[in-house]
Amino acid sequence: MFQFNYVKAKSLSDAQALIAANPDAKLLSGGMTLIPTLKQRLAQPSHLVDIGGLSELRGIEVNDAQLVIGAATRHHDVATSPVVKKTLPALASLAYQIGDPQVRNRGTLGGSIANNDPAADYPAAVLALDATIVTNKREIGASDFFQGMFATALEEGEIVVRVRFNIPKRAAYEKFAHPASGYAMAGVFVADGSAGLRVAVTGAASGVFRWSEAEQALTKKLNFAALEGLPLDLTNMNEDIHATREYRANLARVMTKRALLNMLAQK
Amino acid sequence: MTKIELTVNGTTHSREVEDRALLVDVLRDHLQLTGTHIGCDTSQCGCCTVHVDGRAVKSCTMLAVQAAGADIVTIEGLSNGDQLHPVQQAFTDCHALQCGFCTPGMIMAISAFLKDNPHPTDDEIYHGLEGNLCRCTGYINIVKAVKRSAKLMK
Repeated sequence: MFQFNYVKAKSLSDAQALIAANPDAKLLSGGMTLIPTLKQRLAQPSHLVDIGGLSELRGIEVNDAQLVIGAATRHHDVATSPVVKKTLPALASLAYQIGDPQVRNRGTLGGSIANNDPAADYPAAVLALDATIVTNKREIGASDFFQGMFATALEEGEIVVRVRFNIPKRAAYEKFAHPASGYAMAGVFVADGSAGLRVAVTGAASGVFRWSEAEQALTKKLNFAALEGLPLDLTNMNEDIHATREYRANLARVMTKRALLNMLAQK
Repeated sequence: MTKIELTVNGTTHSREVEDRALLVDVLRDHLQLTGTHIGCDTSQCGCCTVHVDGRAVKSCTMLAVQAAGADIVTIEGLSNGDQLHPVQQAFTDCHALQCGFCTPGMIMAISAFLKDNPHPTDDEIYHGLEGNLCRCTGYINIVKAVKRSAKLMK
């Protein structure tokens, strides 16, 4: 790692001031992506501003048919929260499938979505549930937030504070995890909620996306057969040593079916 | 450099460390607690697993400064004097190791896992061991040891 100065923010406003005063500073939450990145010398921040311990960024609560989760809430806490398990079990299940236990004990919701790794799990839920990302400056809708591989609508100095998930009637997440890394080769979050029927796919393409053909077909007829033979655009599919475009597209289709079956089995 | 206090295995240490120092390096090089191993150094193998405030973490992917003020337990602090921790005892009983390199991390991960889930199913055990790699025993005896640990801890 290159040298940097570590500063533990005392509050959100303190973090904001530190980031504003140091243009080459980076925010540190769980560090599950940032620390490996620093170890590979792929980044050289002047400061690391640690917001992982801020109580303002922690917590899980239900408010007006929305599940509100603080940005620095750890994956383990989401996976095991009785509130999440009761109101949005698909999200608890998603969090339980992230990385491994040690990673879930450190990694955070805000860190995951701010990083927007194309194979991260949370973006699929955020998009499928039409969640609102609340920052220190504004509120951003999920469809505006994710802007392709590692890109988001966040501006310099903008800090994710919490995420408001619309609680759906029912939802499910299924992923085909890469056996070594645990990252999604394809992960699909299907939600039947106030925003209609939504299908969000992560891992398969350069960024999380909604499979609109599947959404339309399932809106007409909410069953398994509706997914047969539906087109899935290969243009943006990832192709690497792990899988071809066609294979990833097929995984996305199969995960959509599994998520649908899982969702339809719920009451 | 930053001065930090770490409580490790019940003893509070005060050390001046580089801001970029990893927790595992401070444990091993500053406190000579070399039972915590560095395997992959890329947060995959879990050999460096320790407990920070009761939760299992990979100490190769945490800065020592992040752990300032935390209560840390390493493999050296798990037993009660000469009385092995149930997971250590179960690893001995089930011969859950061959070369032993991954063992400290395995034991730290499993002891934390069983606190959350004292009666795990096979699938929960496999899921709970996702963060730890063993390159020689093939996991069969490790899974047996998890079950035996659960019995011993009753």
